[in-house]
Amino acid sequence: MGFIDAFVKGISLGSVYAIIALGYTMVYGIAKMLNFAHGDVIMVGAYISYTVMYNLKMPVWMSIVAAVIFCTVLGITIEKIAYKPLRKASSSLAVLITAIGVSYLLQNIALLVFGSNPKMYTSVVQTPPVKLAGGELIITGKTIVTVAVCIVIMIALTLFINKTKPGQAMLAVSEDKGAAQLMGISVNGTIALTFAIGSGLAAVAGVLYLSSYTTLDPYVGSMPGIKAFVAAVLGGIGSIPGAFVGGLLLGLIEILGKTYISTVLSDAIVFGVLIIVLLVKPTGIFGKNIQEKV
Amino acid sequence: MALLDVKNLSISFGGLRAVDNFNLEIQQGELYGLIGPNGAGKTTVFNLLTGVYKPTEGRIFLDGEDITGKKTIDINKAGIARTFQNIRLFKEQTVLDNVKIGLHNRYKYSTIEGILRLPGYFRTEKKMNEEAMRLLEVFDLADAAGVLSCNLPYGKQRKLEIARALATNPKLLLLDEPAAGMNPNETQELMNTIHFVRDEFKMTILLIEHDMKLVSGICEKLTVLNFGRVLTQGVTAEVLNDPEVVKAYLGE
Amino acid sequence: MLKKISKNTKSSFITCALVIVIYAVIQIMNSAGSLSSLIKGMLVLLCVYSMMAISLNLTVGVLGELSLGHAGFMCVGAFSSGLFTQMLKTGPMNPNLRFFLAIMVGIVCAALFGFLIGIPVLRLKGDYLAIVTLGFGEIIKSIFNALYAYKDANGVFHLSFTSPKATVTDEAVISQYKIYIDGSAGITRNPMQSTFTIGIIMLLISLVIILNLMHSRTGRAVMAIRDNRIAAESVGIHITKYKLLAFTLSAAIAGAAGALYAHNAPSLMATSAKFGYNMSIMFLVFVVLGGIGSMRGSIIATIILTVLPELLRFLNTYRMLIYSIVLIVMMLWNWAPACKNFREKYSLKRFLRMKLTKKKTEEEV
Repeated sequence: MGFIDAFVKGISLGSVYAIIALGYTMVYGIAKMLNFAHGDVIMVGAYISYTVMYNLKMPVWMSIVAAVIFCTVLGITIEKIAYKPLRKASSSLAVLITAIGVSYLLQNIALLVFGSNPKMYTSVVQTPPVKLAGGELIITGKTIVTVAVCIVIMIALTLFINKTKPGQAMLAVSEDKGAAQLMGISVNGTIALTFAIGSGLAAVAGVLYLSSYTTLDPYVGSMPGIKAFVAAVLGGIGSIPGAFVGGLLLGLIEILGKTYISTVLSDAIVFGVLIIVLLVKPTGIFGKNIQEKV
Repeated sequence: MALLDVKNLSISFGGLRAVDNFNLEIQQGELYGLIGPNGAGKTTVFNLLTGVYKPTEGRIFLDGEDITGKKTIDINKAGIARTFQNIRLFKEQTVLDNVKIGLHNRYKYSTIEGILRLPGYFRTEKKMNEEAMRLLEVFDLADAAGVLSCNLPYGKQRKLEIARALATNPKLLLLDEPAAGMNPNETQELMNTIHFVRDEFKMTILLIEHDMKLVSGICEKLTVLNFGRVLTQGVTAEVLNDPEVVKAYLGE
Repeated sequence: MLKKISKNTKSSFITCALVIVIYAVIQIMNSAGSLSSLIKGMLVLLCVYSMMAISLNLTVGVLGELSLGHAGFMCVGAFSSGLFTQMLKTGPMNPNLRFFLAIMVGIVCAALFGFLIGIPVLRLKGDYLAIVTLGFGEIIKSIFNALYAYKDANGVFHLSFTSPKATVTDEAVISQYKIYIDGSAGITRNPMQSTFTIGIIMLLISLVIILNLMHSRTGRAVMAIRDNRIAAESVGIHITKYKLLAFTLSAAIAGAAGALYAHNAPSLMATSAKFGYNMSIMFLVFVVLGGIGSMRGSIIATIILTVLPELLRFLNTYRMLIYSIVLIVMMLWNWAPACKNFREKYSLKRFLRMKLTKKKTEEEV
């Protein structure tokens, strides 16, 4: 595989990471929690889309819509039942462990409903590949759609946060919950909205991820979930451009590492880069540095 | 020679000179007050003296030793201990342990001695307990020795913070608004305690305070800060009658 | 004051006594033959997990830093001790001495890793520290998964990421190689020397070390940093030194647990299921459910949460589902402020106390 091929593949995987990382970073920015179950929402989204496509024999676009709607509702429900009661808990570890519990729960529900046998997910993208440089470089339809979707989501989110009232409310809540409440912003509503958007994005990411990596099983979400979280931290958690850049970087590093260094060590390389970046810039590439006041 | 000698101390944050050309001399055994309106830079001076911030310019001498730019722990070892405006106790530990942590560098035994419970552990722990209880008794906290420090009432928390600072056996004690949030009775009691500490431990004390009754009641000398600069310094009664000071506090 | 000291000692004593009682009960049940083979097979594992839980509790509860890569240190301990045993397996050394030394090797190697990783990691804060420890854990796992350790035909020792079989194609030559760690196939034919008794002894030693540390000058300094770093600095406590000390000790105990683990089964592989972040998270669950900072709680939670899923095996696929629901409900019940209030309002203790005071007032009247 040539460098350009690997690069394109890296950008494609990176775009998926970026979409997941956007959800992660928004949730972290607002609820200040590591949502370990985020990766499993990806898995749920993929299963829903699979079921709608293959079992109900509905068109592709309906499967995607169904997955997004289902995951959005799922995200809101999880937040309401499992996370919201712990928002004022004395230890932030409590909600972290609960998130881990939710992650196990989603995996085991999927295991019960869909079984442990992996399903073959065929790509939802039918866009024909583009041939460049006289047929030397072929960019698949999946890649084009994935990158395009990622860019559209990124722009839409940026506009949403900067130009709309709910978006501004999100910013306010992430800065200071108490002050936001005093300004008449519904903190609960804003957090629920954040989880809704994050989970909806996870569903999209699930469909795109599985279009490239076709084996669907109940644990498929964990690794991309963790990687996307690494991407969010790499870019500076809480920052939307950070998640975008972090996701792309991570995808590139992973694929280039696999191609040129070692397949078995590619995860080690990904984490190694994260560690080096954090040691140089402890709050990530776009992170703000906050010092404790004495 | 002055115990504390601060020369031309300045610090800038971005373009803002939070403390500008600050000079201060405190003699051994003095009870010195640092006052000024909110945001005048008083706590910044404390943070500079204790190494939390590094000064942009100027020198700090403690007992003749240049401590400018040293780390907080080295400055503590050199002999400056402090309390904090917003109380910073070791909340999840008992009152006694809070003071024992203050004794950390005075009574030592190795980690190995601690883990293996060698004789050094028992010997030193006994001494630490005695010394800590002696300090707690001074502050009338001996009865609460086994209580978690976060469960103490507010006034006692402030006292415990002073006791902990004293446990490091400092030459100079810095108190950042010790009377903040106290009622008049508690303030009066605190004034007595500060006096007692000065006399009993032969301590030199620099304190930041807004409570003018406390300041005029116990401080022998004052420095008034305004916008990071020294407005005036000298004997308490004279400083408080200075029209410039009145103006700084009450406005034109 | 004296009361307080004896309170600490008493609490430590109860914790150690608990472990001994559990050991005695299991030994009695074992000799009476009333122990299922399922439980018997888990006994050493319980010791390993308990050691992992209390050592992680040292980092999370005592030092106050969230680590998500603790299984990595266990991995280091397991593979370094396993490699040691492999290399001396055919030698003349007494097997018991060799096992003892292997455990020491595991401890020292894990401590070294803990120290080296701690230097950069402990500068970070909160969730950033958590994700970096997770990263280190995954890196360690990946490295051991890709590592080959062997002696070639000339008796020269090699550590490499490429299999000797990839470069040497001659069957006759390769058969002269001694392969100790065979990449993703890991270590095979390791002598199974770990026993429940050794496990309990190691657990007890770890427990005593941690408890004694907590109630000593060093432990107080570590907890002071946890409670208020700025205040700790202001009373002259060396932050980096004590953080590193606690982190290294925590890694060392995890290394000991790893050594015990390595000698509990004939083969050892650095798979995600055994040393991945999921395991680190499982240990964290033990710590949080048992009570952050409570060593006794960690051990009890480890036992319950390890044995429970096994006892629920008859439920088949519903087993892990129930486990996850129990986990969520327990977290909500223990930590949600609303549940806390509810518990206080309707607690048995309060109910009894109210009855007692009622009685008293009636008597006084």
